[in-house]
Amino acid sequence: MMSDIFVLIPGRTSRQGTALNEGKYTDTYKEEITTLLMNAEDMQRLDLETGDRVRMWNEQAEVVVTCKADKGESPPGVLFISYGDISSQLMGGDTHGSGMPTSKGLDVQLAKAE
Amino acid sequence: MSIAEQPPTTETPELKIVKDATCTFCGCVCDDMELTVEDNHITKAKNACVLGKAWFFNHHIEDRPEATIDGQPVTYEAAFDKAAEILFNSKNPLTYGMSDSTSEAQRVAVAITDWIGGNLDTTTSVCHGPSGMAFQGVGEVTCSLGEIKNRADFLIFWGGNPAESHPRHFTRYSLMPKGEFIPKGRKGRTAVLIDVRKTKSAKAANEFLQIKPRSDFELAWAMRALAKGLKIDPKIEEKTGISLETLTDLMDRMKKAKFGVILFGMGLTMTRGKHINTEAVLSLARDMNRHTRWNARALRGHGNVSGADNVVTWSTGYPFGVNLGRGYPRFNPGEFTSSDVLAREEADAALIIASDPMSNFSQPAREHLAKIPSVVLDPKLSDTARTATVAFTTATYGINTPGTVYRMDDVPIPLRPAFESPYKSDYEILKEIERRIRAKQLGV
Repeated sequence: MMSDIFVLIPGRTSRQGTALNEGKYTDTYKEEITTLLMNAEDMQRLDLETGDRVRMWNEQAEVVVTCKADKGESPPGVLFISYGDISSQLMGGDTHGSGMPTSKGLDVQLAKAE
Repeated sequence: MSIAEQPPTTETPELKIVKDATCTFCGCVCDDMELTVEDNHITKAKNACVLGKAWFFNHHIEDRPEATIDGQPVTYEAAFDKAAEILFNSKNPLTYGMSDSTSEAQRVAVAITDWIGGNLDTTTSVCHGPSGMAFQGVGEVTCSLGEIKNRADFLIFWGGNPAESHPRHFTRYSLMPKGEFIPKGRKGRTAVLIDVRKTKSAKAANEFLQIKPRSDFELAWAMRALAKGLKIDPKIEEKTGISLETLTDLMDRMKKAKFGVILFGMGLTMTRGKHINTEAVLSLARDMNRHTRWNARALRGHGNVSGADNVVTWSTGYPFGVNLGRGYPRFNPGEFTSSDVLAREEADAALIIASDPMSNFSQPAREHLAKIPSVVLDPKLSDTARTATVAFTTATYGINTPGTVYRMDDVPIPLRPAFESPYKSDYEILKEIERRIRAKQLGV
């Protein structure tokens, strides 16, 4: 299976913020933090469609999420996911002397889940 | 006693209007809320944004035990004793969280950590902690949100997306409002967004500069050079995605502004480079004062994360990542910060206040936190509360409890609670734990 290296940017969204208040165990919140927004060109190149499950991994962890075409927010090669449990699994424990693990701009590989 | 065990009321639900209430969901801390309260539910939140409405409408009284030990419901008294025992017996405890709690409670958390000689850290360390380091490195030329509203004619939003994370920032403080020296409001301001992604904030800005990932430092440094009149290699475009022509034009207009502000988010602090990225942007704002008035201001997330910085700073001299184990404060991000003391398996107990590291820390940090005894205070159930040795259900600050919070520009704002909670506040719980720890230390 072909895989590509991407730059992953976890971040806040309005929907994540509202769902957070409803509860982290609600379906809305879980759906929000497990949905990966991708550039449409990248999806086409990897033969992906909105709703497909994709594997995303780096040296820290591997997660499986649902991909969705974005509305042109991210350039090719950049992925976005709502900040939360899934994105944090891909962070390393090292903070490089800052106290802050690298939490945005993570190098990840991505492939369609079998 | 759980809420389900309390006798039902037969009285007609009282309708209450709370004016000038404060929203504590995000760092904007908007204090112009008008809340309608019916039967211990907030049913209307006039002036609240979409996030504020979600905050007010979903923090009602939940049917949960007031406290648990190892997942089993217990009384507050039993939980106070167990929490004090855990913290008193620890050798290298960690106190973490605090950004969704009142400054009065934060102050008690600092005191407890001091009594037990622990590591004192807040969610700042995984938010704008690198900015805190940068402030110490190069200083901060800054201003209040009120000054921005009344004076700022040039705004640069850098690595932040206020349209989604701070919806009223644009309308109440920065972009839209008419101010004393900005009588035309939005028409009197120029706004530029610098970000990797074309977020919803781009629509609100006059210009959007889409930079390549991990090139914030290079862009800020190039702008510093331009501000000083130095020549820049056109290859800057290869690195940052922004042409020299665009940058030169931007700098020319920045120099002509009367009052400029760079509002920066975690696109700078969470990306490789971290405090160095922020130092570059703070330095740029400082350098611009050779030409005209420019400021920098961090976009802060949680409702009282700025309060946590203030309280920890006035108590210890440092904003976060402080160790009190030697009887005096030592500051060292990377050594005493939560992610590090957990991932390196150094902490032997934890006091977690209103935050959820079990769902947003790195895996090594989570694995260690799950192994050590922990005391968790939270109004909502979370992965951290579920793994806690002692978990307290708390009243929600601002909605159920009074107190003080600090807006993202370090302005203290009073809270006007909407209705009472049967659960105790963070302050009350922490005071009881502190009292028991002191009794043990003093042998009384």
